[in-house]
Amino acid sequence: MNYAFDWSVIPQALPFLAQGMALSLALLAVSLVGGLALGIVLALMRLSSNRWLAGIAGAYVSVFRSIPLVLAIFWFYLLVPMVISAVRGQATPIGPMYSAFAAFVAFEAAYFCEVIRAGIQSIPRGQTSAAQALGLTRMQAMRHVILPQALRVVTPLILSKAIIIFQDTSLVYVISVSDFLGAATKIGQRDSRLIELYLFAGTVYFLMCFAASRFVEHRTSKKVIA
Amino acid sequence: MNYDWNWLVFLQATIDGGSRYAWWMLSGFGLTVLIALAAWVLALALGVGLGVARTLPSVALRVPVVLYVEVFRNIPLLVQLFFWYYIAPVLLLPATLQEAVNAAHPVLVQTLTAILCLGLFTAARVCEQVRAGIEAQPRGRFNAAHALGLTRYQAYRHVILPMAFRVVLPPLTSEFLNVFKNTAAVLAIGLLELTARSRQVGEFTGHIFEAFIVATALYFIVAQVVGHAMRRLELRLALPGHTGGSDA
Repeated sequence: MNYAFDWSVIPQALPFLAQGMALSLALLAVSLVGGLALGIVLALMRLSSNRWLAGIAGAYVSVFRSIPLVLAIFWFYLLVPMVISAVRGQATPIGPMYSAFAAFVAFEAAYFCEVIRAGIQSIPRGQTSAAQALGLTRMQAMRHVILPQALRVVTPLILSKAIIIFQDTSLVYVISVSDFLGAATKIGQRDSRLIELYLFAGTVYFLMCFAASRFVEHRTSKKVIA
Repeated sequence: MNYDWNWLVFLQATIDGGSRYAWWMLSGFGLTVLIALAAWVLALALGVGLGVARTLPSVALRVPVVLYVEVFRNIPLLVQLFFWYYIAPVLLLPATLQEAVNAAHPVLVQTLTAILCLGLFTAARVCEQVRAGIEAQPRGRFNAAHALGLTRYQAYRHVILPMAFRVVLPPLTSEFLNVFKNTAAVLAIGLLELTARSRQVGEFTGHIFEAFIVATALYFIVAQVVGHAMRRLELRLALPGHTGGSDA
């Protein structure tokens, strides 16, 4: 090994890298909030007695769960500008960032749908009957009795999925969005220091994900004892 | 939207005249399958070994495995891919081997890098599934095997692992489908697998929707076929009196 490291590029790059990290975290936050919201809707559709609703949600989930996230990102990169232009009736150039946000919400919703569905099904049926006996409508029973418990059951799964989503946000690299990895790539290419930048990026990802996974494990094991 | 659909576009000769677009899509699909299968073989062999090692009493064996799993699980796949492609040859290979890598055909180097990267990445996940499957076995089963005079190796080989594999079959199926989908990330080092090919065909023909729909359909079909086949395998392997499989 005779590579001469030059770590002085890192301190100079920090402000741009921090912006990239902010975008990665924003992608994570939007995927979680949007993905969970859409995931709950999909789960309720799948469990509904209406065969059409259940069928549509089922097809949505099996399509999104069988394609790579990279392909989903490309799909939305293609579709989002088209849809926005069609809605506004004029060509509207928008950045690839919006497509990335839409792709993550749509993609992760399919996973969350399955998790939440399992959570809802883990709640004993008697609870729905009890809620209805108390005079709640089916919607009210779901909203105030079943869903809160189901979400609590699946919280550990959602938290460990969040770590995976955070890692997956780096895939927006393929549409040249400057997330943390994208920012590291751009600086690395500009300064011809890809090795330093990628090693630094890998270390930062590792430290964040490792700490987060420790936290999730700690929190989950405490819950089991309590 | 007035998009001009034309499904016959795949039969057109390619821009370089040497082939047809359908063949480009098929070659991308073939590369995806090749990388996925090769990476899976590596992941399964390494992952099972590591998973078993993690359940053994020896600390000297367990610590490196834990380190391996944490490192490979907590770094994004794309960063690992860039490490193996851009960094590892410079930092880890001696100068003579570096020259050999530079002289080799780039597609060969990219393909081998992709297989190595996906295999090592997935092995960490397989390891955790196998460990969970072994740890799910009741302690009495180990004790019973010992009481019958089996050595630890024999107990693993004939009692623990056959039972553990039935437990981990469903999660291993989804790990295989994950490695299959993760192959799309290797387009970042320039490999023309299925997703990259569909973009390429879309760009050259202007019929990006047809190309993406075909790619989506191919991924979908593989996921359905593999999922179905593995569920049948689970049923065939199921032992009477044990609930080993999934409810799916």
